[in-house]
Amino acid sequence: MRDKHIILRNRVFSYVIERRAIFWTAGLILALFVLICVSAGVGSLWFSPLEVLQAVFGHGSDMVQKTLFAFRLPRAMMAVLAGACLAVAGALLQSVARNPLASPDMIGITGGASAAGVGFLVLTGGTYGVGLLPLAAIVGAVLTAALLFAFAWKGGLSPLRLVLIGIAIQTAAGSLTSFLIIMSPHYIANQAFTWLTGTVYGNDWRDVLTLLPWAAVLILLCVILARRANVQELGEDVAASVGSRVNRDRTMLILVSSALAGAAVSQVGAIGFVGLMAPHMARRLVGPSFGAVLPTSACIGAMLLLVADTIGRTAFPPEDVPAGVFTAAVGAPFFIYLLLRRRRVS
Amino acid sequence: MSNLHAASLSIGYSGTHIFEQLDLRIPSHKITVLIGKNGCGKSTLLRSLARLLKPSGGSVLLDGKDIYARSAKEVARQLSILPQGPVAPEGLTVLQLVKQGRYPHQSWLKQWSDADEQAVTRALTVTGMKELQDRPVDALSGGQRQRAWIAMTLAQDTGAILLDEPTTYLDMTHQIEVLELLAELNERDQRTIVMVLHDINLACRYAHHIVAVSDGAIYAQGSPQKIVDERLIRDVFAMECRMIQDPVYKTPLCIPIGARADSQMIEGTGRDSVRMHKKGEEMYVG
Repeated sequence: MRDKHIILRNRVFSYVIERRAIFWTAGLILALFVLICVSAGVGSLWFSPLEVLQAVFGHGSDMVQKTLFAFRLPRAMMAVLAGACLAVAGALLQSVARNPLASPDMIGITGGASAAGVGFLVLTGGTYGVGLLPLAAIVGAVLTAALLFAFAWKGGLSPLRLVLIGIAIQTAAGSLTSFLIIMSPHYIANQAFTWLTGTVYGNDWRDVLTLLPWAAVLILLCVILARRANVQELGEDVAASVGSRVNRDRTMLILVSSALAGAAVSQVGAIGFVGLMAPHMARRLVGPSFGAVLPTSACIGAMLLLVADTIGRTAFPPEDVPAGVFTAAVGAPFFIYLLLRRRRVS
Repeated sequence: MSNLHAASLSIGYSGTHIFEQLDLRIPSHKITVLIGKNGCGKSTLLRSLARLLKPSGGSVLLDGKDIYARSAKEVARQLSILPQGPVAPEGLTVLQLVKQGRYPHQSWLKQWSDADEQAVTRALTVTGMKELQDRPVDALSGGQRQRAWIAMTLAQDTGAILLDEPTTYLDMTHQIEVLELLAELNERDQRTIVMVLHDINLACRYAHHIVAVSDGAIYAQGSPQKIVDERLIRDVFAMECRMIQDPVYKTPLCIPIGARADSQMIEGTGRDSVRMHKKGEEMYVG
């Protein structure tokens, strides 16, 4: 027991943490930190990671400072936050649905948030700017989750029905989005399309600070809910047998997941596959225990989106290719690989 | 402790009744086995006893209190159920699984108390899973996997344990192994055990109390020696048989008789109701 776990125990609290989880979480946080420094240094002006680090601590020329703090660092931080949110949203859904193929972009949450965002752009004709766009997307995500419940609830929440109805909602939301774009004038369609594909372009510190409290509160909530998520993975009957109020717990977990996905989509658009891939990679490293999957998948999701955005930003100058293009390019084959592997297992 | 009692219990899905006004007292500190045909409702009954299925009428009383008047966690500290054919998430280790059994005893602040650790260690030791605790559940053999799930149920540390067909999909050796383990738990810790079994002979061997369920009602209940006879098998399973005494365990042993058996083979059963083989078929007379 003690060779593989760290036990914290006193009169008020007691916890057990797997050493493997601590090792990987620490390692991934370190890797993420290095990646941020590298990413911030890449671009039309190149800085070494060391220069970036110095600049962060207030050293270095004005130009370096300005490039980093005005453009690259807020963008990198946004990619990190949004990636982490999407990854945790996916990990939660996969636990509740007991389906490794579940993710916010599979069950319609991302689609609903996108449709609401595009609807907002089209209906307001750009008069309000993009300031209120995030709110529209979050509302869209939560409404979609509510709709999902209305259809999937039948004396309880069956994971299979949830996923099937989610796919239908995702498709419907996609059609609605296309319709809205086709019906709108060119300049709005363009704006909507770029936002839709998922881009971290043009994010500043204000955007980062908008997402930060959402991400912090929701992820903290996940830490508290980790026990419940673990038990849900054993299936409805076993979960009920050990004393979980299954329907209440599932509802809570799905709502938190939707809010996380909605918050991320509101800032960076519909970036697909991060919520699908990151939890899988995390489970490969630390096993299926949710308490371990949570921090590791958050780190991996952050890194995935950061890498995707850095490539999008630098690979095809002067074009800034949306990060969503690259996550999909890796994510789609990954999804097929998962499907094939599952077929072999069963 | 953990006195389980169904009082005029009715169970039904959307209009159709499976049980109506059923009364059943589970003897404490004993092994009770529910037997009956497929689809007779014995699993349904077991599930409703464990708060997995809400009755449409009547109640299930645990120590005199309705299980639905208590919180799920409170009930889970006294009564656990192992459903049929549970599936563990990919890669979950035995230890991680068994730890989940402590859920009703934990809170957000207290997730790994001394009591938790002791209960998990004891459950792993008793089931012989200590050496395999770091192995993924999905990599174990069928018998080991079932023992891992039983260990989780044991870690829950309840006075009553309910099991829905714990021996399904297991070969003979593993069936006996699982049932021996349960008998041992009952003997040593005085735990009340209620399970659904398909094998009548094993049911007779391990049960103190048998409840025969037929057509949404209890056909008979009592000790195997008293109630399990040829008539019960015919009425409950619609099957002819011959009952003899198990030469080793001295419990009733059922020899099922199929439709193709001929009258000379079953001579001595004193029964003329056994169907003869169909006309025109070849006859083997010894």
